[in-house]
Amino acid sequence: MTDATLDTNVGSRLGVDWASEANARRLKKRYAANRRLQFYGLTAIALAIGLLGTLVSSLVVEGYKAFYQSKATLEIRLDPADIDPKNLADANYRRIFNTAIERYVPEAKTPAEKRQLSDIFSSEARYALRDYVLAHPEQIGQTIKLKVSLSDPFDQLEKGVIPRYVDALSSSETSRFEALAGRGLIEGRGADAAMKVSLSIDPQKVSSADIGAGRFRDIIADGLLATLGNPNAVGAAWPMLRDDVADVLKAYVIAHPDSIGQRLENFKLPLSPNYAALASGETPKVFNQRFASEKQFEWLDRLKAQGALSYPFASELLLNPTSRFPELAGLAGAIVGSFYALVVCFLISFPLGIAAAVYLEEFARRNRWTDLIEVNINNLAAVPSVVFGLLGLAVFLNSFGLPRSAPLVGGMVLALITLPTIIITTRAALKAVPPSVREAALGIGASKHQVVMHHVLPLAMPGIMTGVIIGLAHALGETAPLLLIGMNAFIPSIENIGLLEPATALPTQIYAWADSPERGFVARTSAAILVLLAFLVVMNGIAIFLRQRFERKW
Amino acid sequence: MNERPNLNQAGFGNLAPAPKGLLARGDTSGRIRVVGRSVSVFYGEKQALIDVNIDILDKSVTAFIGPSGCGKSTFLRCLNRMNDFIDAARVTGSVEIDGVNIYDPEIDPVQLRARVGMVFQKPNPFPKSIYDNVAYGPRIHGLARTKSDMDEIVITSLEKAGLYKEVKDRILEAGTGLSGGQQQRLCIARAIAVNPEVILMDEPCSALDPIATARIEELIDELRQNFCIVIVTHSMQQAARVSQRTAFFHLGTLVEEGETSEIFTNPRQSRTQDYITGRFG
Repeated sequence: MTDATLDTNVGSRLGVDWASEANARRLKKRYAANRRLQFYGLTAIALAIGLLGTLVSSLVVEGYKAFYQSKATLEIRLDPADIDPKNLADANYRRIFNTAIERYVPEAKTPAEKRQLSDIFSSEARYALRDYVLAHPEQIGQTIKLKVSLSDPFDQLEKGVIPRYVDALSSSETSRFEALAGRGLIEGRGADAAMKVSLSIDPQKVSSADIGAGRFRDIIADGLLATLGNPNAVGAAWPMLRDDVADVLKAYVIAHPDSIGQRLENFKLPLSPNYAALASGETPKVFNQRFASEKQFEWLDRLKAQGALSYPFASELLLNPTSRFPELAGLAGAIVGSFYALVVCFLISFPLGIAAAVYLEEFARRNRWTDLIEVNINNLAAVPSVVFGLLGLAVFLNSFGLPRSAPLVGGMVLALITLPTIIITTRAALKAVPPSVREAALGIGASKHQVVMHHVLPLAMPGIMTGVIIGLAHALGETAPLLLIGMNAFIPSIENIGLLEPATALPTQIYAWADSPERGFVARTSAAILVLLAFLVVMNGIAIFLRQRFERKW
Repeated sequence: MNERPNLNQAGFGNLAPAPKGLLARGDTSGRIRVVGRSVSVFYGEKQALIDVNIDILDKSVTAFIGPSGCGKSTFLRCLNRMNDFIDAARVTGSVEIDGVNIYDPEIDPVQLRARVGMVFQKPNPFPKSIYDNVAYGPRIHGLARTKSDMDEIVITSLEKAGLYKEVKDRILEAGTGLSGGQQQRLCIARAIAVNPEVILMDEPCSALDPIATARIEELIDELRQNFCIVIVTHSMQQAARVSQRTAFFHLGTLVEEGETSEIFTNPRQSRTQDYITGRFG
């Protein structure tokens, strides 16, 4: 507090010229560094959002097809002669259903045709019919309208996933042919398309005495080898030639017996139909082998023309248990299994986690032991979940003898995985309660227990619940530990799911579907991932809501 | 005392309260309530309080003054064993309240803190209703058998703290919704609801504006009629206004303790003189 006046121009006193060129450069550099840092951050965020968007959009593009189902509304006559009213469940619904669909397609006469016809519809159709009759016995004798799913190939056909006709030639076959064409060996179009090969009519292989017994295939093979140069190319060239190519040569030699012993330059070997089409600049197509016959398309088109086909929301996806047939497979069993496992996980990890966190945070003295425990808990949070799965397998299944595949064991393993997360977040939430609240309670004579139970825990509860929900969301997505304890059972019925019964969970169901060869499971897998993501988003939403709604009341 | 303006009508006209402490300086002859003997506090290796000996009188306000870090708050917290919660803290010597050493192993610190109330620097009402804030202490100590008993305790305490008229229409609303000064008076009401013998105040006005400060000071002067009050303050004017006795702490020692008028007008120690005249601190 001296009276000396402050030198306001500090810069000049220190010999700094704020207006100098060098200073301007320095300033510019500083701002550039600032902008660079911002740019890196923005790039990272844009990359993350882009990747996430790619993931979700690819799931949606792939998976939305599983959210609707191609169905046919069929008129079915419930003949009283076929159904014994005293024993509704045991009637031959398969025959009733087949009779009904054959009425739509009277020309299907042979057993093979009839089977091709019934293959259009899901094998579930007869059970759907049975269930309908059981629910509406009064309809016997009437003609009912029943909506039945199409079987997977036809469902996929309707969704445009698989085509009726596919390319006959693979891209490698096409490119091999084009290489030959590039060498000028291919000539002509359509039926005249041919491969030009020089052939030696070897008298050893064809005797003029008996031309019909000549080994013309060998002659062509030799010619191909001489022209193409290696046996692999010859092997690839054979399918390009018409099946009767040897007969063509035979006919030529019969017509020109003097060619025996001669060399036929650029003999035209006719091409097989697919390659002939390719030579004409068309893309050869063949009937898709997934389907039994082209008649099925015709029948399906007829049903479509009658307006019998519809594409409603696939409630099966959420209400059915899983199935071998993609059009019937649903997530109900997995959702129930995951629910049981999460309930067990919550019941174990919530009280244990809070108790451990409260003890460590509020009661334990800081010493080497509590430090050790703390370090171990933090490390446990980073242990790969598959290790916990192995632990569950060794301890819960082998030592305790608990049942395999059961949600109880799954929940116990998931509890082990979520415990560290819950303990850490609970401790953070307890730490966030201001010390003034503790002091206030202690100051009027509350015991430590009362301080924790009456003041600290209620204030920390939103934070704790946030941590617990995020931990549970984490547990919901865990796959590896559940696979290890066998919680990927095939559960085609949801009636028997219980804590100790074999079950499956959402992520393991996704894993199983991703492994299935049927085309319909591709979309089903993406749809199941979307359902799992929806559950995660809802759980995280609840956590965010709790945080926003109840945080920081003091 | 008669000319004191009604607290609830004081309004903004009462910016500079009369120095009641000076007027009331005559009746400091109350009996000794708290006796500290050779009190030392260690935080680990560091000694924060060195051999403090002090007698604190009943029905009077004793102010602890001194520069930051001098040990006055540490000593205050020895009086209700709040230092117990600091793992590294260790207290030696004895503190007797009504002749009983509160550091005796047989003394339960939880019950002690019901007898020695505390008001903190920052108003820290619980995030509960005004009613529950005041009722919390009596509830955990089982002081009220019926709901009407509890209502009476709450209303009396709020009245004693000069807050009842202001909050009686919103007694079930959150205590954290009050203004800073009201919150601090709520904390005082909460402290006196368990009818303590001693009230400790750790810079109770440092987070408040001058008007709220004035009301708290008047309240402290009123409470002096029934309680033994110890207040830590950074403001020497406040010490002069509200206290009958003053203790000056410096570097962990109790430098001087005596009647407030003596300390402020005629200190025996030169360090006290220097601090009071603003030469350091």
